[in-house]
Amino acid sequence: MINLAGVTKSFGPKQVLRGIDLSLDRGQSLVVIGGSGTGKSVLLKCILGLVRPDAGLITLEGQNVLTAEREAFLARFGMLFQGGALFDSLKVWENVAFRLLRGPLKRPKAEAREIAIEKLRRVGLGPETADLFPAELSGGMQKRVGLARAIAAEPEIIFFDEPTTGLDPIMAGVINALIREIVTEMGATAITITHDMTSVRAIADRVAMLHDGVIRWTGPVAEMDSTPDPYVQQFIHGRATGPIAAVR
Amino acid sequence: MTGKNQSGLAVSAALAALGRPVLATLAAFGRVAIYAAQTIGHLARPPFYTREFLSALLHVGWLSLPVVGLTAIFTGGALALQIYAGGQRFNAEAVVPQIVAIGMVRELGPVLVGLMIAARVTSSIAAEIATMKVTEQIDALVTLSTNPMKYLTVPRVLAGTLTVPLLVAVGDIIGIMGGFLVATGQLGFNKATYIQTTLDFLETPDVVSSLVKGAVFGFIATLIGCYHGMASGRGAMGVGSATKTAVAAASILILAANFLLTSVMFTP
Repeated sequence: MINLAGVTKSFGPKQVLRGIDLSLDRGQSLVVIGGSGTGKSVLLKCILGLVRPDAGLITLEGQNVLTAEREAFLARFGMLFQGGALFDSLKVWENVAFRLLRGPLKRPKAEAREIAIEKLRRVGLGPETADLFPAELSGGMQKRVGLARAIAAEPEIIFFDEPTTGLDPIMAGVINALIREIVTEMGATAITITHDMTSVRAIADRVAMLHDGVIRWTGPVAEMDSTPDPYVQQFIHGRATGPIAAVR
Repeated sequence: MTGKNQSGLAVSAALAALGRPVLATLAAFGRVAIYAAQTIGHLARPPFYTREFLSALLHVGWLSLPVVGLTAIFTGGALALQIYAGGQRFNAEAVVPQIVAIGMVRELGPVLVGLMIAARVTSSIAAEIATMKVTEQIDALVTLSTNPMKYLTVPRVLAGTLTVPLLVAVGDIIGIMGGFLVATGQLGFNKATYIQTTLDFLETPDVVSSLVKGAVFGFIATLIGCYHGMASGRGAMGVGSATKTAVAAASILILAANFLLTSVMFTP
């Protein structure tokens, strides 16, 4: 469904992506792991067209994402941002129903609010949160609202950028279970970025490890622990010594 | 190396040092011009975000009224005192109503309102949009199939262009009122005569020029706020820097535009 071939991206002298080759089938959940600053978020942004790659080709069902009609292309995606990226000036329910209040998916306000409250319930938030502003929520609640917004329009493809960062272990477990449930129930195709190995095991069908601008290893999650790849082994066991330098 | 070669290199280095900021400034003007053209292009094309436009009208227009009113009334009062004191030197104290009126309507009203809008609105827009950029809210807008220029820039620029002329009109009236209060309360002018003289002296082109300046300054103040917000760097420093640069750039552009408009409209 999504294919990346030879994707490179530099910011000034810093080459973040050095030639990414990756493919993802429909309905599959891919988790991208890798150290901080290795370009995982840039990779997602390249697929979405938020960042233009310097070279290489990214296709969605065979069509170059850079030449696709933007509105129709983006309507297929939902994204949970690392910090939630909720709109401060809008109430929680308006954030969740953002897509349902404008554009081609526009619904009557009452219906959009009802859907928003249902999505909030799905991420474990009661209807009383609907009329609050994002600044009135805790970090974990903001993340869950971001998740509700990502799934509100029931997109085919969902990207999760560090979905459990900053959450307590219980809430992280809730979010992991929810993501797995969404992917299974909605049949959505998902790419998740995380450092959290518990999340990887809970969410992933496949795992890809990004290091030094290239995909070092990719395979089914069941094979992750047994792979002899020293980079993967160092990363999943959190060892300070190994081929990945601690100071990067 | 010969002395001639060395002096040639020194001249070349000096020219390069001079040329770099000039080129950077020209490039910045070019980027703002492209941004302005894109904004104008989007003004006529749907979708239109009515709620964002109404919210911008409130923030740019209505909520700026107190600061505009206070600025204008004190300026009008001070202007009356200055003209009276200056006029005494050649027995021309009686020109206070005329000079206050023309000074406020043609120059001080639009310029002071423009600068107050740059301080209050440009800074607020730049900081808000820069914060949105830093916290990935702009990226989130894109992923939600919403063009940030249409959603954030167009409503604010349209609101600025439409409301600042009204603020200027209000500022002109309050400024003249400030002059009136000082002249009649402190300098012994007759109330009815002062008002009549002001009305007789002002001409339609004076008022039109004031409103045109207001529209141009409103466009500049809001556009520059949006541009620098969108072009913000990372983190708190990026937001601070974007805000500071936006206010400075908007203020200078407003003063430069004022000179150009005055030259065009009032050069005999």
